[in-house]
Amino acid sequence: MIVADRKSIQEILDMVKTCSKILVVGCKGCVTVCNVGGLKEVQILAATLKIARKKDGRPLQVDEALLERQCDPEYVAMLKDTVYDYEAVISMACGVGPQFLSEAYPDQRFYPAVNTTFFGGAVAHGIWEERCAGCGTCIIHYFDGLCPIARCSKSLLNGPCGGSDHGKCEISKEVECIWDKIVRKKMEQGRLNDLLDVVPAKNWQTARDGGPRRSRREELIQHG
Amino acid sequence: MENRRMNETFEPTLIAFCCKYCAYAAADLAGSMRLNYPSNVKITQVPCTGRVDIIHLLKALEDGADGVYVAGCMEGDCHFVSGNLKAKQRVAYVKKTLSEIGIEPERIDMFNLSSAMGPRFAEIAIEMTERIRKIGPSPIAATADRDNRQAKEGKP
Repeated sequence: MIVADRKSIQEILDMVKTCSKILVVGCKGCVTVCNVGGLKEVQILAATLKIARKKDGRPLQVDEALLERQCDPEYVAMLKDTVYDYEAVISMACGVGPQFLSEAYPDQRFYPAVNTTFFGGAVAHGIWEERCAGCGTCIIHYFDGLCPIARCSKSLLNGPCGGSDHGKCEISKEVECIWDKIVRKKMEQGRLNDLLDVVPAKNWQTARDGGPRRSRREELIQHG
Repeated sequence: MENRRMNETFEPTLIAFCCKYCAYAAADLAGSMRLNYPSNVKITQVPCTGRVDIIHLLKALEDGADGVYVAGCMEGDCHFVSGNLKAKQRVAYVKKTLSEIGIEPERIDMFNLSSAMGPRFAEIAIEMTERIRKIGPSPIAATADRDNRQAKEGKP
């Protein structure tokens, strides 16, 4: 899923400092799963904003809404009757949400309430880790299901660098050296020889280096 | 708020979320023991403090409570294993949020006691009431009062 972190309350308060009536829109997709932009988080943000503004003697009316997803036009369209009743709209979805909303409702102002960080999963309650960099050409099968693109700080493809220290990466004691893990797994499974093949330089054109990407599925496109 | 400040004895409103297995039973015991504790404390019984969510704590403050506290079982003694520890984390979250928006984090707290601790229940109620009396009325209470009044009168 896409993982995000909520922006600081001060940053969000600054965004809407001139407003007196706003809408906070959550998303039932990834941000609900990573507990940052679902129903509960919408309620918490709305209550916090109201408390902060009541304290300053400038009450803020905050209405709440929750969309199935903010990355599909048919769900975004569900706001059409109410979206212009507000001075601004705060989206708690990943970075896709406020953009889809802005595109659908060009005369409204949309603000992001979260910082979208990575594609990952929960390794424990309350802890998420990056697992995919969305490079566009998956190669994890060469590395026993462990991705050196997303999980090596340098995205190295032919073994660890000199910064690998007892299974940890030199950038932080909390970051594991994925190459240490890959080599150990290959050794355990008796397939260390796999790593003798030199992996050629990666073509990054399928990643962000090739510019904004688009996926087209002819069998799904509806004509007319 | 001004009127409340001008009163020499400011009577704060406190909301206490009390676990039925400990703090609520302790409140009962305090009553049976005829112990006095301030009437400022409005008790809400919960099946476990693990049921108390961040939103409940925020709503209490938003609606004008001057102080809020959660009273659960002693750590390690939760009837549902770890509900009180979850509540502790949520109270810490709300304390942090209050600090970030410039409201005294001391307005909210978590206490642990057993059902046999009637006197401790009264002590906590007195301690929190005194603490909030010292801090003063909630800066959001005045606006909340006005909102509540308008809602009652049916004004927008």
